[in-house]
Order: sequence, then C-alpha cells, then structure tokens
Amino acid sequence: MNMSARAKIQTTPAKDWILFIAFSIVILTMPLWTMPIGASYPALLQKFAIYGIFAIGFNILFGLTGYLSFGHAAFLGVGSYAAVWSFKLFTMNAIPAVIFGVIFSGLLAYLVGFICLRRTGIYFSILTLAFAQMCYRLAYSVLTPITNGETGLQLSGGDPRIIDRMFFEASPGLPSPRLFGYELGGYAGFYFCAVMMIITFFIAMRITRSPFGMKLKAIRSNQNRMNYIGFHTRPYTQMAFVISGMFAGLAGALLAVTDPLAGAERMTWTASGEVVLMTILGGVGTLIGPVLGAGAIKYFENIFSAFNENLLHNTFAILPDGLENIVVSAISPFVGNGWHLTLGLIFMAVVIFLPGGFMEGITRIQRYIDRKRNGSVDSKTENEKEPNHG
Amino acid sequence: MDAFFLQVLNGLDKGGAYALIALGLTLVFGTLGVVNFAHGALFMLGAFCAVSVNQILTISRRVKDESVTFFAAYKDEPYLITWFGDTGEFIIDYSVPISLLVSIPIMLLVGLVMERGLIKHFYKRTHAEQILVTFGLAIVIQEIIKANFGANAIPMSAPDIVSGSASVGAMLGLGNSVIYPWWRLIYFIFSAITIFGVFAFLRYTSFGMVVRAGMHDRETVGLLGINIQRRFTIVFGLAAVVAGMAGVMYTPILPPNYHLGMDFLVLSFVVVVVGGMGSLGGAVAAGFLLGMLESFASTNTIKSLIPGIDQIIIYLVAVIILLVRPRGLLGKKGVFE
Repeated sequence: MNMSARAKIQTTPAKDWILFIAFSIVILTMPLWTMPIGASYPALLQKFAIYGIFAIGFNILFGLTGYLSFGHAAFLGVGSYAAVWSFKLFTMNAIPAVIFGVIFSGLLAYLVGFICLRRTGIYFSILTLAFAQMCYRLAYSVLTPITNGETGLQLSGGDPRIIDRMFFEASPGLPSPRLFGYELGGYAGFYFCAVMMIITFFIAMRITRSPFGMKLKAIRSNQNRMNYIGFHTRPYTQMAFVISGMFAGLAGALLAVTDPLAGAERMTWTASGEVVLMTILGGVGTLIGPVLGAGAIKYFENIFSAFNENLLHNTFAILPDGLENIVVSAISPFVGNGWHLTLGLIFMAVVIFLPGGFMEGITRIQRYIDRKRNGSVDSKTENEKEPNHG
Repeated sequence: MDAFFLQVLNGLDKGGAYALIALGLTLVFGTLGVVNFAHGALFMLGAFCAVSVNQILTISRRVKDESVTFFAAYKDEPYLITWFGDTGEFIIDYSVPISLLVSIPIMLLVGLVMERGLIKHFYKRTHAEQILVTFGLAIVIQEIIKANFGANAIPMSAPDIVSGSASVGAMLGLGNSVIYPWWRLIYFIFSAITIFGVFAFLRYTSFGMVVRAGMHDRETVGLLGINIQRRFTIVFGLAAVVAGMAGVMYTPILPPNYHLGMDFLVLSFVVVVVGGMGSLGGAVAAGFLLGMLESFASTNTIKSLIPGIDQIIIYLVAVIILLVRPRGLLGKKGVFE
C-alpha cells in the first residue's frame, strides 16, 4: 500500500467533523465572503448551491466507481418536472416538491442504471448518453402533455393545488414556492439550497468513509478482482448510480424551487457534459472538489459572460490607446459570448496537466511546501505517488 | 412498394453521413485505440470549409443595378463575375464541389496537427480521460467556429444543374411517384465511393496492409522495423479528411451551424457501437441500417402505431444491441467487449 492511500484511510471521524463544520460555515457565510468578488447576489448563490449538489452527486458515481455517465442531466430534468408538477397539483410548499423530484429521478435512475450498468467503460458512457438523449427527445415530442414541450412546464392560474386549497383561498396572481409560509425567493431561496447542499455533503462524506464507499473505490481500482474475491459488484454500482441520480434529481427540484419552470433543454447531453466538466475541474473523487468546480464554473460563467467590449475598454483605459486596443481585441474572443471557449481551454488544460483537478493542484503545492521545509527527507513519498484512476 | 422504396432512399443519404463519420471514428479507435469525441467537430469543420470557400468566392463590390431605371439602385456583384463573367458565375455555382477539393489538404493538416499536438499524449491514458480531453477540444473548436461564423445556420446551395429532383421511380420502372432530390442521390453515391476508396486503400495498397497488420498486432509490426506510429498518424489524418469531405457534401442538405458536429457525434458514436467498436464493415453497415431505420420510423403509419418512435429509434436500437450483443453487429469476439 502506498503512502497517500494510507493517509486517506487515516482520516479520523474527528477530522471529518472538523471538515464538515468548516464546510457548513463556509457555505452559510457565502453571501458575506462572496461580496468582494462580486458574486453576492441570490440568483448566483443559488446556482452555486444547486450545481454543487449536482456535482457532489455525480462524483459519487464517477469519482468513487469510475463509471463515466454522460446522461446525468436527464435526472436533473426529471427532478425539475416532478417538482413543478408537485407545485401545480398539490402545494407550493418546497418540501413535497423536493421529495417528489428525488423519488422520480431515483426511479428513473434505477431503471437506467439497471440496464446501463451491465456494461462498463465507454459502452456505459454511450448507453447513458443514449438514455439521456431518449428522455430529451421524448420530452420534446410525445411527452408534451407532461412536459409542455418547447415552452417548458410553468405554473398557471388554473392549477388545482389541492393541498393548498384545503387551507386557504387562492390569491390572485401566480404563487411562488414557499416553506410553510416563508417565501423562498432571494436569500431565503439560497439558504434553503445551502442547507440541502450541506445535507448532501454530509451524506456524500458518510458514503465515502463507509465500507460501502470502500467497495465502490475498490470497484474503480479493479472490478475483476472484486468479482474474483467473491463480491457481487452490481448491487453496489446500482446503488451508487441511484444515489447519484437522486442527488441530480434534488438539484433539479431545487432549480424548480428557485424558479418554478422546467424545460427540456436542461436534459441535453451538453448539459450532462457540464457536470462532468465541474467534477473534473474541481477534482474527481474528492469531497470538496466537485463543489469547488461547480462554484468556479458558475462564477466565471457569470463574470465572463458579463464582459463586453465597452467594459473591457473601460478596464484597460489606463493603458495607452494603441496598446489598449490590442489588449482588448486579444481578450474579447474569450469573454462575453466566447466564455465557453475559455471554459473548453481551461478544461483541456486541466485534463492534460492536472488530471486530479484543482484539488490535485492544492495537494501538489502543499507537498512542494512540505518538501521545501523538510529538505529531501520526503523525496521517497514523491516517488510513491498514487497512480491516478480518474 | 413505392412508399417503401422512397423510405429506403430517404435513409441512404443520412445513413451515408453516419457511415462516413463512424468509419473515421472506428478507424481511429482500431489503430490508435483512442476514443475521439472531437470527430464530430471535424465533420463540422469540413462543412465550414465549404462555407468559407463560398464566402471567399463571393467577395463582392457594390455596383449600380442597371435593370432598375427609376432610381439609383445598387447590388452586390461578386468580383469573380466582374472579372470572368459567365465563367465566374459557373465557379460560384460549383462552390460546393470546389470546396470538396479545397477541404482535403485543410482537413489532412487539421487531422495531423490534432494527432501530433494532442491525441499523441493520450495513448496511455484511460478511455475516460481520452473522452474528456477530446470533448474539451470539441467545445473549443465549436466555439471558435461560432465566434467566426455566428450562431445561425448558413444555407448553402448545390450546383444549379442538380438542384432539382430525379424521378428515380421512372428510371427503375417503379411508377412516377418516386422522386428524389438529385443532391441526396449524389451524396449517397459520393459516400459509397468514399467508403469503397477507404476499403480499397486499406486492402490493396502496401501502406494499407501495414496498417491492417498494425491493427492486429502493433508490437510485432514495430519489431519488424516499421514505423507504425507514423502510419497511424496518417490514418488519423485520413479519418479527418473523410469526416471533412462528408461535412462539405452535407452542407446543401442541412445548413451548417456550429453545433452540427455535436449533433452528429452522438449519433455516429451510437453507430460505431452498434456496428462494433473497431470494425470498419460494421460501422458502414450500421450507418446505413440506422439511417434507414430512422427514415422508416418517421413514416406516418409507424408513428401512429408507436408514437414518438421516430425520435428515439436509433438510441433504442443501440441499447438493445449493447445488451444483447455487446460486441456489435460485426464486431470481433473479444475486442473491447
């Protein structure tokens, strides 16, 4: 066994609790510390939390078992639809909506996982991709009565909302999602998502540290060997797939809670690709990494897309005119509408040079500092670096 | 019978495009062992070769429109027409076939640069990482195209002489109701020729023989003193050329836009999997098969029988094949099962 693997096992419950509490504090104080970087407004904070959940869920499948799914957006979409239907049919309360979203996406994940997990590697990726495309295509065509096709599923004045009707009269105008009387807009919406994310993080942490999580990691390192030892691996991968699908459904439901609208474009395969980007960028198989990746992508998406030429000219106004024009024309293809270009380049750079994502970067810097401090004593650990399975 | 035949025809051109992309994909997988998610982007690049050639040919200046006498009207007249008159018009009319020739060296270069610059470093990495890095590359290429050509689809036209429809039915004695656009027919013939060309190249040239030997046992071929790596790189360039040409020829059928590549990529991956990973014949057969299945599924009779089947038939077939016969229709036993 090599050094870093031993170090991983040595994580004690106490350390985990510290990590968990630190994580909760960081998340809950987010509106404060995001202020200096210009990200402290509810719509963006909600996105951080929601896509954080999505990435945490995706990481349970890809990070632990190594199964690369290219169809997770389907579960997100189903979660959204289920949540909006719960708003329409039963009540504007967010709790049932979230529960419905999780249940329905879990059911779909069970079905899809049952079929897709028969194969591994690239075949698994393509099978999940095929299923997600089927869901997307069907949502656009035959399932229009349920999904409302291209327009997207929205609330309307004529919705039954039977549970709400039992307690109070319908008020004029469209109602908004609430939590037992508290309206979930703005910061309230963010805190709702943040609490959900902390719960998700806790579950993910417990899973990673449990024997179940160990088995998932063993499946990633060598599934054949697991089989030879006598483990039936299917139930474990199936379980991981369903959990990860449910997390995606939760994220979808929360999207509907913060903005009660569900559209099929959430299920495109490029949307599935986005969560893959987030997870890889942050660090596959780590606890914090996916959250970090999701936050980074959503943050830069907002910041970069807001830049246009005028803003760039203002930013570089201190430079001499000729130089200013050169700098602006050099940068402008990468910001504004060209933000995806930057994202693609960063992503490629990460996969090529830093397959472990930001988290590996942090570890490398840490190790570098350690080595500086201890001289060449630790050079042996460097050689025993754990091979990357990502 | 006529309706049946018409659906077969309808499936042929789309099937041809699937088959050409899938052929390149599986060729790259068979030789280099790399899963290339950027292959659809090559198809799209080909299509935009045609767009740029057309744009270059029709660089225009403003001239006074002589046919309007009431007021001073201006129109754009391409320089080519000013300079060469009818010959210029002829050249512009044939911009798509011309771009086919132009695209070959460009795509070859793109392919070689891509292989040497990026793919080379990913031979030893896992398939997941290959998928991820090429997916990133596909995004980058797509965004560059979007920045240069805009987000809207750009319509292209086939040469005037083949813009009409062929009465295929009358030719084959099946009744006059079977008519079919000339260009789609040409596309099918083009794809058939290209496919035969690739197969003949691999079958009857000594270069192709070495490549096939390398696909079987790379190490032994290397031990015989042959630089197999270089040949595989050229094969990658060849796959890029095939995808690019397929893209050029497809522009009159479907106006290209920047996400054309991604749309076709998913389908052609499905085609490769159905045909069998690394099996060239399988990719071609599955391409045409799925193209035809898709066109049959979109007939009204079948749509009323199973609603929505036209949208998902390809994926459904892929799922069934992967579960029942994981190595694909013509895949060899034990290859990447």
